[in-house]
Formats: sequence, structure tokens, C-alpha cells
Amino acid sequence: MATISSQGIIVGILATGIRLAAPFLYASLGEMFAQRSGVFNLGLEGIMMMGAFAGFMTSLGTGSPWLGVLAAIGVGAALGLLMAFISVTMQAEQGISGIGLHMFCWGLSGLLFRVYLGFITSCKGFGPWNIPVLSKIPFLGPVLFQHNWMVYFSLLLVPVSWFVLYRTTWGLKVRAVGTTPQAADTLGVNVNAIRYQCVVLGGAMAGLAGAFLTVGQANMYADNITAGRGFIAVALVYFGRWSPVGILLGSLLFSMMNALQLWIQVLGISFPYEFAVILPYVMTIAALAVAVRRVWAPTALGKPFRREAG
Amino acid sequence: MKKRTGTSDSLLQAGVLVGALVLALLVGAGLILLARANPITAYKAMFTGPVSGKYGITESLVKATPLLLVGLGIVISFRSGILNIGGEGQMVAGSLAGAAVALAFPSWPAIVLLPMTLIAGVLAGALWGGIAGWLKARLSVNEILSTVMLNQIAFQLNLYLIRGPMIDPQEVAYGTGCPQTALLPRSIWLPRIIRGTRFHWGLVIAIAFAILVYIFLWRTTIGYRMRASGAGPQAAKAAGIRVENYQILAMAFAGGFAGLAGIVEVLGVHHRVLEGLSGGYGFSGIVVALFGRLHPLGCIPASILFGALTLGADMMQRAVQIPAAIVMAIQGLVVLFVVGSDLLIRRPDLLRSRRMSGGSAGVAGKQGMARQGKGVSN
Repeated sequence: MATISSQGIIVGILATGIRLAAPFLYASLGEMFAQRSGVFNLGLEGIMMMGAFAGFMTSLGTGSPWLGVLAAIGVGAALGLLMAFISVTMQAEQGISGIGLHMFCWGLSGLLFRVYLGFITSCKGFGPWNIPVLSKIPFLGPVLFQHNWMVYFSLLLVPVSWFVLYRTTWGLKVRAVGTTPQAADTLGVNVNAIRYQCVVLGGAMAGLAGAFLTVGQANMYADNITAGRGFIAVALVYFGRWSPVGILLGSLLFSMMNALQLWIQVLGISFPYEFAVILPYVMTIAALAVAVRRVWAPTALGKPFRREAG
Repeated sequence: MKKRTGTSDSLLQAGVLVGALVLALLVGAGLILLARANPITAYKAMFTGPVSGKYGITESLVKATPLLLVGLGIVISFRSGILNIGGEGQMVAGSLAGAAVALAFPSWPAIVLLPMTLIAGVLAGALWGGIAGWLKARLSVNEILSTVMLNQIAFQLNLYLIRGPMIDPQEVAYGTGCPQTALLPRSIWLPRIIRGTRFHWGLVIAIAFAILVYIFLWRTTIGYRMRASGAGPQAAKAAGIRVENYQILAMAFAGGFAGLAGIVEVLGVHHRVLEGLSGGYGFSGIVVALFGRLHPLGCIPASILFGALTLGADMMQRAVQIPAAIVMAIQGLVVLFVVGSDLLIRRPDLLRSRRMSGGSAGVAGKQGMARQGKGVSN
């Protein structure tokens, strides 16, 4: 391994970190909208699993990773709809329903994987698309501009989400519904409709995050491919204080740690593998302990809306 | 806060539970169709297996044991307003610590070693759960997220230990390297109740604890304060109860029970620690707790029911090759339907008429379900 220059290693770690941030960005930005509207969707991990599976199977069956992405978005949105029905219409306790959704998706993806596939194979995925000119810049080029479109798109969604949340009427409604639902209702905003939209959007984006893991990165599917990323994505929303920029910083921090961990293994540095895997989880807890103060949380988060109060 | 009691209420609750299970099984039938199999043959194998013969019945009870123990811990935590999703990791922590003690002092008499092993398991689980409780009480870390992370950390620690420092020396000697610890001393294995089966005394221990938890929650001051902290944290604080401390305590109890489940599973079934020992019990325990209406005694039949379902799924897999993973999907649906139908239990008037009358603002704290928004949002 002595042949890799130290600059090569740094470029490698940074580029890997940017790539690994994509699934966190998709899932966390989607969850941010759900939580901003007042719904805590803990089923993200399960939705990601189903998205990963749907994306993989569709790409394998049709030969088109694009259709795979669409299928993953569709499956994610459908599962988001289920979560919205349970938590918004039926006003269920959101933490427990999220775990129920996770268990459902976990079992279902395990079932479908064994029935339809049962072995590890590879599907068609997206190759890198080097952005002309920019990708030739020394250092920055390979770090930022030699990825596939799903990586670029995930980064693009950060300013887009910011704009939607803070500069559009719909975003204003989302924020209103998540902080003062009674007032929003009085002003004629359909609280539950906005919440439905946000949770379905969050589900679709979690599906997309799952698709990234299969057709955007590994081109294969294995049991438990998400490995807790969905839960970390929920934590990142807290860590990022419900803002797109915060989520970007959190996602990058985590993915860089992950990249470092992977490169430690690649470079053969003697360090128990299991401890390297533990690192991001310990960091998640530490990050939550340091970063979370409830003042930033949407005040109506986790509280079902009932109109008749008063 | 008005309190509805009487037979119509409990009938409604029972109806909701049965309805949730039936609905989940119906959707499950659809999933089986999706898996290109006949739901009738599949369910026949799943339901007749566990009740036909000695093997089915005893194995169902073997699976019910960890479910009941984990479920009891979940009841305590949910009742105290804390959502413990960390049963898996706490089970692993308990099994590892217990096994470490047993393997360290193999020559000690069983009368000393067995209690020490069990206590080590309980304490390790309590520590693993208590960390999450402490993080929530002192640093407002969402306990759902921290317990999920602690699960992953426990899994990796387990792998590290059973591949490395705690691996069976024989596995190393023979060069097979299967990741598992050595067998625990035979003297402390939990005796089998029925010869020729794996049905061990763990279930008796678990049922005894179910009764103790009932007494603890409803007949002691600490139990009362824990329930008060869960039912209305603000009111409890106003009454001078130090809610945060009881939340830490509740998580330690929940973890302790899961740790006990882990070490009992080791002493009763596997006799060593291996990978995947927790086997989803940490999650299924949540289903058991919900299905037992968050009552320790209700968890007893619930654990037997879901133990039988889990075994039934295994038998179905062997008989008609439908992956047993389906049982996790069905349990997930049960959770969704039970918590989803909670509204119908709280507001039965919605069932009887569509009239949206007022005056129900105080009903939210009604019996059970730790449903305060606070419970999930901080």
C-alpha cells in the first residue's frame, strides 16, 4: 500500500466521504420535511431497505437503473402513505408506529429477497459522470466532480430544500403546521393534508436513499444492506437542527468518518474491524448528546392534530 | 380525566387486539401470494405446527421465554414514558456478561455460580439500558435513537468478543474458527422441564417475574411514581416526583429484563454465546408488550401466542419453503394496527357515531400507551 501517495489517500477519503453522504442526505432531508410538519417517522430504515430492494430488482429485471430509481421512489412513497395514515389519520404514537413500519419492511424485504433472489448477484447501476472541465481540476476534481448523478443530485437537494422550506408558501405552511397547528388551521391550512404530503415526500426520499445503496453504489443487494443508516439519518435531522445546511454538515461529518474507517481497513492499518464499524454509532450518540437542545425542535413534533380541542 | 371501566371497554380492547391480529394475518396472506405460494397451505403449516405434538408445544414455550422477559422490561419502560427499542443490544450485553462470569469461574459450585451468572447478565443489560436512560434524563438524547445505536454497538462488540478474546479455544485448536464461546459449565445449565425437549425452567422464572412486575408497578411507591412519570410527566413533576430519575431507573429495569432474557437464553437453550442470539426478540418483545396491553400479566399469554407464531413460521419455512422472515412483517403490521387502533380505544364514540364532540382533551393520558408527544420528540 506504500504506492498510494498521501495526497492520493486524502483525495480518496474525501471523495468516498462525499459519495457516502448521498444516502444520508436523501433520507435526512426527506425526514426533515416530515418532522418539520410534526411527524416523527422512525420507519426510515425499513423504507430504505425496501427502496434498496425495489431499485435492485427493477434494475436487474429491466436492465434499467433509472426504472430502478423510479420503483424505489414509488415504493418509498407508498410506505410513507402507510405511515401517514397510521400517524396522522389514526393519530397513533409515532415512535412505536415507526418501529412497526420498520419491522414490517424488514420482514418483507427479507421475505421477497429469499423468494425472488436468494443469492448475491449484481445489477446494472449508474457509472460515474465526470463533469467536463471541473473534474480536471487537481484535487477538487476527483473529490467533487467524478461521481454519478445521484451524488450530485443529493447535494443539489440541499439548496433546493432550503428554498422550498423557507421561500415558498408550501414551506411556510409546513413550518406552521409543525409549530402551531391550531393557528395554521384557523388560517385555513389543511394541517393533515400538509402532514400527509411531507410524510409521503419523506418516504419517497428514503426510497431514493435506499436505491442509492444498490443501483447508485454497490450494484448488488444483501440482507440488511442499510445497516442502521436509516436510523442514523433520523438522528442527523436532530443533529442538523431541522435545517438543510445543518443536515448537510452532519451528513458530511458522518460520511467522512465512515470513509476514514473504510480507508483504515483498505490500508491494512491494524485496528479491530468491529471497532471501526462501531465508530459511526458512537459518534451518533455523542453528536446527539452535544447538539440536541429541544429549543430547535418543531414544537408540535410527535403530537397528532385534533381539531376539536378548546 | 374520565375513566371508562366495565366490560364493554375491555371487550372493545380485546376486539381491537383480535382485529389487529386478523387484519395483519390477512395482509400476510397477500404477502404470501406475492411470494408465489398458497396462503392456505402456508397458514395451515404455520398454525397447526406449534400445537401438534410435544415438539411444537414445548418449542413454542421455549420461544415465549425471552419474549416474555423482554416484554416485561418494555412494559416498565413504556409505562414510565420511555420507548425502549434496545432490547436486542441489552440481550446481547446480558448474555456476554453472564457467559464471561460463568467461563471465568467454571469450577465454582453451581449454587454460587448460577446466581452470579444471572446477576451479571441482569446488571450488564441494566447498564446498557441505563446508558440510554441517563442520556435522555441528563442530556435530552432521544432514547429511541440512542437505543438503536446501542444495539449496533452491542452487536459489533459481541462479534469482536466471540471472534477474538472469548472464542472457544477448541475452535482455535481445530482451526474451524466458528465465532462462538466455549460451552458454559454444565452444572449451571437450566434444567429441562420435559426430558427430550428444550423446554427449560426459564419460562417459570419469567412468569414469576411477570407477577413480581405487576406487584412492583401497582403495589409499590416506586412503581407508582414510575407510572405517574409516564402518565403525565408535568403532573408528576408538580407532585414532587423526580421524573428524570425514574426514567433512568425504568430504562435500567427494561435493560435488566432484556439482559436476563439473554443469559437465560444462553443457560437454557444454547449453553454458549453465539452470533444472532438475540434473534429479533428485542423487537418482538415490543409486540408482546403492546399485545399484552402493557400489563405484565397480559404479557404471559401474549408471549406464548407470539412464541407459537414465531415457531410456526419456522415450521412453515421447512414444510412449504416460505421464508420465516414473514413473521417479522406480520408482527410489524400487528404493531401498526394496534397503535393505529388506539384512537378507537381512546375515542370509542368515533366508532359509534361520527359526531365530533368536544370535551375529550383530557382523555389522552388514559391508561397505558406512553403517547405523550414529549416521549418521542426530545
